Amino acid sequence: MSESRFAFRVDGVEVEATPGQTIIQACDAAGVYIPRLCYHPDLEPAGHCRVCTCKIDGRRSSACTMPAAPGMVVENDIAELNEDRRVVIEMLFVEGNHFCPACEKSGDCELQALGYRLGMAGPKFPYQWPRRELDATHPDIFIDRNRCILCSRCIRASRLADGKAVFGFEGRGIRMRLNIDAEHLDETVIAAADKAVQVCPVGCIVVKRTGYRTPYGRRTYDDAPIGSDVEAKRVKGKK
Amino acid sequence: MTEPGTQHSELPESTPDARAIVDAIVASVQADRSRLMDIVQAVQQRLGYLSKDAINAIAAGLHIHAVDVEDMASFYAFLGRAPKGRFQIRLSKTPISMMRGAAAVAEAFARETNAAIGNTSPDGNFTLEWTSDIGMADQEPAALVNGTVLTNLVPADAGDIIAALRRHPPIPLFPGADPQSVALPKARVVTNLVKSGPVIFQPEGRPATGLSPALNQSPETIIQVISKAKLRGRGGAGFPTGLKWKLCRQSISEAHHVVCNADEGEPGTFKDRVLLTEVPDLMFDGMTIAGYALGARHGLVYLRAEYAYLWSRLQRVLEDRRRRGLLGSDVCGRRGFDFDIRIQLGAGAYVCGEESSLIESLEGKRGAPRDRPPFPTDRGYLHQPTAVDNVETFVCAARIMEKGADWFLGYGTRESTGTKLLSVSGDCPRPGVYEVPFGITVNELLDLVAAPDAVLVQMGGPSGQAVAPKDFGRQIAYEDLSTGGSVMVFGTGRDVLGIARQFAEFFVEESCGWCMPCRVGTTLLKEGMDRVTDGCATLADIAALEALAGTVTRMSRCGLGQTAANPILTTMRNFPEAYEARLRPEAFLPRVSLNQALAVATAVQGRGPVEEGN
Repeated sequence: MSESRFAFRVDGVEVEATPGQTIIQACDAAGVYIPRLCYHPDLEPAGHCRVCTCKIDGRRSSACTMPAAPGMVVENDIAELNEDRRVVIEMLFVEGNHFCPACEKSGDCELQALGYRLGMAGPKFPYQWPRRELDATHPDIFIDRNRCILCSRCIRASRLADGKAVFGFEGRGIRMRLNIDAEHLDETVIAAADKAVQVCPVGCIVVKRTGYRTPYGRRTYDDAPIGSDVEAKRVKGKK
Repeated sequence: MTEPGTQHSELPESTPDARAIVDAIVASVQADRSRLMDIVQAVQQRLGYLSKDAINAIAAGLHIHAVDVEDMASFYAFLGRAPKGRFQIRLSKTPISMMRGAAAVAEAFARETNAAIGNTSPDGNFTLEWTSDIGMADQEPAALVNGTVLTNLVPADAGDIIAALRRHPPIPLFPGADPQSVALPKARVVTNLVKSGPVIFQPEGRPATGLSPALNQSPETIIQVISKAKLRGRGGAGFPTGLKWKLCRQSISEAHHVVCNADEGEPGTFKDRVLLTEVPDLMFDGMTIAGYALGARHGLVYLRAEYAYLWSRLQRVLEDRRRRGLLGSDVCGRRGFDFDIRIQLGAGAYVCGEESSLIESLEGKRGAPRDRPPFPTDRGYLHQPTAVDNVETFVCAARIMEKGADWFLGYGTRESTGTKLLSVSGDCPRPGVYEVPFGITVNELLDLVAAPDAVLVQMGGPSGQAVAPKDFGRQIAYEDLSTGGSVMVFGTGRDVLGIARQFAEFFVEESCGWCMPCRVGTTLLKEGMDRVTDGCATLADIAALEALAGTVTRMSRCGLGQTAANPILTTMRNFPEAYEARLRPEAFLPRVSLNQALAVATAVQGRGPVEEGN
C-alpha cells in the first residue's frame, strides 16, 4: 500500500482507496459490486437512482457521491438494502412503459438486469401508463421516452464528454421528462457515435438499424448477472 | 409593445421589440448566468410568459443552450411557457383552506371568470389554478392574483373581485409596484401576531440595538456567544447555529456567503411572514452580524414568490439601512467590514426551502437538492462557503447579541433554548403567530389558543407529525416534538385520513423529481392513500402502503422525500382506528373492477357484461 492509499471495510472485506475516490470507485476497483443505475464510471455522479445507497458508518448515503475515508465501515450486500433497491427498481417499471420482450435493449438493459439481480418477480405497484413521446426524426438515432428513467446519463455525457448540450430535464416531479435542445432530434447536433447515445442504460436512446442483432444467449446479461464484470476483478485479483 | 398577456396564442413572437427587451434584461445583470432566475422573471413580467423565442434569446444572451433555460424555467410553478390570462388567480389548496370553504370559493371564481380550474378564460383575462399553501393559513381561503394576496375569501367575493379586475389595469406578476396598494376587495394581509414573547416580539417593541456593539467584538467572540446561547436552526432541523458559522468561517475561500432562508413553504407556516413584516431590521441585523462573524461580504435573502408583496417594503428597509450606514462599506463605522444584502425572489417550489435546493435556485438553476458532502459550509453558493439560516434564526441571533447568551438561556429547555414562533391555524378561535418558550406542551398550547377539543394536531406541517390526544402531554422542543413553526389544529369531526391524503397529494406536487424513490414514490403513496379513503383498501393494501412508505423514507435523497411519507406513517401509528374504520374485510380486492375496466365497451354496446350464474 503506497503512502496515500488507505483502507476501509465493505461487508467485512477490506477495500483500498486513494484520496478523492468515492466509495463506488474504490469498490469497483477492488471487485466489490455495489448495485447502481444512474452512475457511470466515465461521468460525474448525479445521485438520481439511489440504488447504490449503502449504510456508511450506520447512515444511509449514496456510494456514488460519498468520498471514501479511512476506517469507514460500509454495509452493502445486506437484505434491508437489497430489498429497498428492488422496490426502487419496481417503481421505475411502473413509472414508464417497459415492454421488455419487444425492446431492442432486452438482455443488454441495466434496468432489466438489475431487476433480475435483485430478485424482482414483477412490479407490485399500479402501472402509471403514462403517455410518452417518441422521436424518430434523426436518421441514425431514435428516442423512445416510454423507456426513459431520467437517469441524466445522456445529459451529463452530452455536456462533458461530447461538448454539446443536446439533452436536459423539463418539468418537475412525476411530470418530469427528458428534453432536447430543439423541437426534434434531427435539428440537434447529436451523432450516433456520441457518448450521450452510448451511455443510455435502457432502451430510450437507440441507434437505428442495430436492434435485435445479438442472438439470445449472447447478450450482455444472458450468462451472468449485472455486476459480474466488477466481481470478476476480485476473483482474479485476490484469491 | 403589447401589454403583457393581453393577447394569447397567435402573438407574433419574435418581434424585434421582444428581442430587444430580453437583451436589455440580460444586459442589466451583466449576462451573469447565475442570475437566470431574475432574468426569466423580468422577461415574464414584460412579455407575459416565456415564449420559445424569448427562451432562445435568453440562451443566446447568456451563451448557454435553450435546453438549459428550459431545464430551469420549467421547474417552477410560477413561471409559464405558454400564454396565460392577464390575471393569474392562484387559490391556496391546503386542508385548512378546504375546511374553510376553498372549494366553494374556487367554484365561484370559475363561474365568474368562465375559466375552469387549471384553465384560462376564453377572453384571455383570467387563468385559474390551485397552488400549494401561500403562507396565509391564518386567513384562509386565500389566493394570489398575480403578486397580490387576497384573504378570508367567501364565494360571494368572487363577483366583486372579478368585476374590479375587469376594470383594473394590469397588476405586476412580480414586484415593480407594491401589490398591496392595488384596490381590490379582500386584498389585505392581517399580521395576526396574537401573542408576543420575551425574546422576539418584545412587548416594548423597540428596535434592536445589538448590531453596533456586536461589531465591536471579534468574530470569534460572536460565534462563542451564539454557541453559548445554544441557538439552533429555527427552520425545524435544529442544527447548532454557532457551529454552522464556525465551520463556515473555517472554510478557506475567496468569499463567504450569508443566506437567509425566507422560503417558508411548509404548509401551515406563516411566522416568517410576520417577522418580515414586523421586524425586518432585526433579520437584517442578524444577517449582518453573521456576515461579520464568518467573514462574508455578501448576504442573500431567498424570498418565496408567494411573499412577492413584501418585496418593495423590504427593498425600502434595505435602502434605509444603506443610508444609515448599516449596510455598505465600513458597516456601523467598523473599518474594513463591508456588507450588503440582495433579495432573490423564488418562483414557486416548496423544495427550495431545503438549503441545497435553495442554493441551486439562487444560482439560477432548477431547485434540485445536492448530495452531501460537501456541505454548504464548505461548498455552498457559487461553490463557496455559505451559511444558510432561517429568518427566525437571524432574528434570535440579533437578540442574543443585544442581550447576551445568559439572558437567552433563561428561556426554553436545556436542549432547546429561547422561544419559538408558532404559526397556529385550523380549528381555533384566534389563529395567528404565538411566541412561546420551548418546552411548552401541546396541551398548554391548545389552552393558549383556546382549542380544547382538538383531535389532531399536525406539528411541523405535512413533513412533521400527526399528533393524537394521547400525546398532547408532549413538549414542543427539538428533543421531543420538533417543529419549524407550523401547528395545524383539527377539531372534532375532521377526517384524519382525508387530511393525510391531501398532504400526500402536496408531496406529489412538490417532489422535485431528481431522485427516483421520491419522484415515483410520492405518486404511489398518494394512490395508496386514495385507495384507503375510497374505502377500497384491505389489510394487505395497508401493509403494502406502510412498506412503500418505509422505502421512500429510507431511500430518498433529501428531506422532502425522507419526510413525504410522514402524514401516512404518523396517522397509521397514532390514528389506527381511523384506518380500521375504512378497512375492507376481504383478503384481496383487485385494483380495477371488471365493470370499471369494461366501462367504455359497456357504454358503446349499451349492455353490461354477462356474469356467471345470471
